[in-house]
Amino acid sequence: MNYEKYRPVEMMVVAASRILEDKKSVFVGTGLPMIAAILAQKTHAQRLLLMFEAGGVGARVPTLPLGVGDSRTFYRATMAGSMCDVVEASQTGFVDFGFLGGAQIDKYGNLNATCIGEYDSPKVTLPGSGGGNDIGSLCWRTIITTMHEKRRFVEKLDFVTTPGYLTGPGAREEAGLPKGTGPYRVVTDLAVLGYDEMTKRMMLISVHPEVTVQQVVDNTGFQLVIPRTVRVTDPPTSEELRIMREEIDPKGIYISR
Amino acid sequence: MTIKEAVGKFVRDGSYIFFGFFGARVPMAIVYEIVRQRKKNLDVGRGGLYDLDILIASGCVKRLDRGYGGGFEVLGLSPVFRRAVSNREIKVVEWSNTAFAWRLKAGAMGIPFIPIRTMMGTDTFRHSAARLVKCPYTGVKLCIVPACNPDVAMIHVNRCDPYGNAQIDGITVYDIEAARASRRVIITAERIVDEDSIRREPWRTCIPHFYVDAVVEVPWGSHPSNMPGEYYIDEEIFNEWIAQSKTREGVEAFLNRYVFGVEDFDGYLEAVGGLRKLKRLRDIELLRNAKTNTRCSA
Repeated sequence: MNYEKYRPVEMMVVAASRILEDKKSVFVGTGLPMIAAILAQKTHAQRLLLMFEAGGVGARVPTLPLGVGDSRTFYRATMAGSMCDVVEASQTGFVDFGFLGGAQIDKYGNLNATCIGEYDSPKVTLPGSGGGNDIGSLCWRTIITTMHEKRRFVEKLDFVTTPGYLTGPGAREEAGLPKGTGPYRVVTDLAVLGYDEMTKRMMLISVHPEVTVQQVVDNTGFQLVIPRTVRVTDPPTSEELRIMREEIDPKGIYISR
Repeated sequence: MTIKEAVGKFVRDGSYIFFGFFGARVPMAIVYEIVRQRKKNLDVGRGGLYDLDILIASGCVKRLDRGYGGGFEVLGLSPVFRRAVSNREIKVVEWSNTAFAWRLKAGAMGIPFIPIRTMMGTDTFRHSAARLVKCPYTGVKLCIVPACNPDVAMIHVNRCDPYGNAQIDGITVYDIEAARASRRVIITAERIVDEDSIRREPWRTCIPHFYVDAVVEVPWGSHPSNMPGEYYIDEEIFNEWIAQSKTREGVEAFLNRYVFGVEDFDGYLEAVGGLRKLKRLRDIELLRNAKTNTRCSA
């Protein structure tokens, strides 16, 4: 297999996995977050604790789960509990990272997973919050993975399913959400983004190899904070690519190729 | 009691129903029987995947308290759900998954509502029946959600005794709360075991008999959903449904083949591929098939 070439989606998963830290806990959503979390566990964060909203804690995931509740989410786990069990652990502050996807995101990191278009006459119906709102409300640091497209990075969401920084600095606390929690990183196929400390607005951190800052700006539907220095993301190592392609998703369920 | 009798007796037109879990450990024999008996105007708690889709496509559902509904996780979005929402055939009330789990917990505790710290500041909140209150002790803002006490909870378990003392191997999601909160509880079990084997390990009982109104043994009863420790998801049937359900004609053909065209759940199991298929799903679940990705095992 060729480990020199990689697809943008693979860069995205690798960049997301590197954000996760060893000896921390992470709430994992369906899809690319699962691959990124498992990849982190198999590389730099072997003691990363995986938590799934349906009750699985500490799984050693044998094959990619098709959802957050299938038997793979508590395979050789340290506990098979309940939804209240695990989400209450994040409500009391025990979960470090939340890891979500979303159809639309705005400059404050709010997410839409409910509908595209008007709620009462939607162009597309999406499955709703699921555990997304809980994870985004309660985890200390929430990471979002999504493809970087103008129709996804929008000025105004069609529906605020999951809270980011809501309307700006202090808005989460004002709304009643736990202090000190909230969006942390956004990882796309073009870049890694974070949030400006003062304004809580989305800020570019690094662009992936061969991607320009202008390209990121052009694919974002709102004004990004662009710092003076923007790094280039380290490309995936051949070991990261090998683990991802051969061990985690050999059938290409998530990373179709 | 048979599935037919249990559904006939406890599920009424207009009942508020809850069926356990999502994508896994789903009481599918009951779902199909509800469709077969053409129940109407059901209120459904929490949502689901294929199970919810089948009920909506069959015109059984009037209203949905949604945590997750209208998709199949990795496998895609639901054409049925979209049609039903666009044509205003169902009414949807939004919640987060855990907000709904906490509603059941409040129901199980016998209290009218429960304070939580999610949903606030979002449109999910605005499209729910949650409210904001000030904590009388600390003054902080809290979200409160009303208790949910379904008319009927239907829960599939690994095993239980004839009285309904049930054991679940694996995550329980919100099923323990639902069993305690509901007026009626129907348990379907992969196996019915004798009372003595429950009494030998009483700490394994997660739903005690006094909550339970009916017990039916249904081997493979979660198919085509996953049953932890028993069999994996039947992706073929899921994909067939997703493809067929794009049109009303497809829905009709699918239901005629797998629901109306068979006498009962045993007939259904034959129609989906019989023992040969089921054994394959068991191999996948138990990671015995060389073709599955067993090398990933950590």
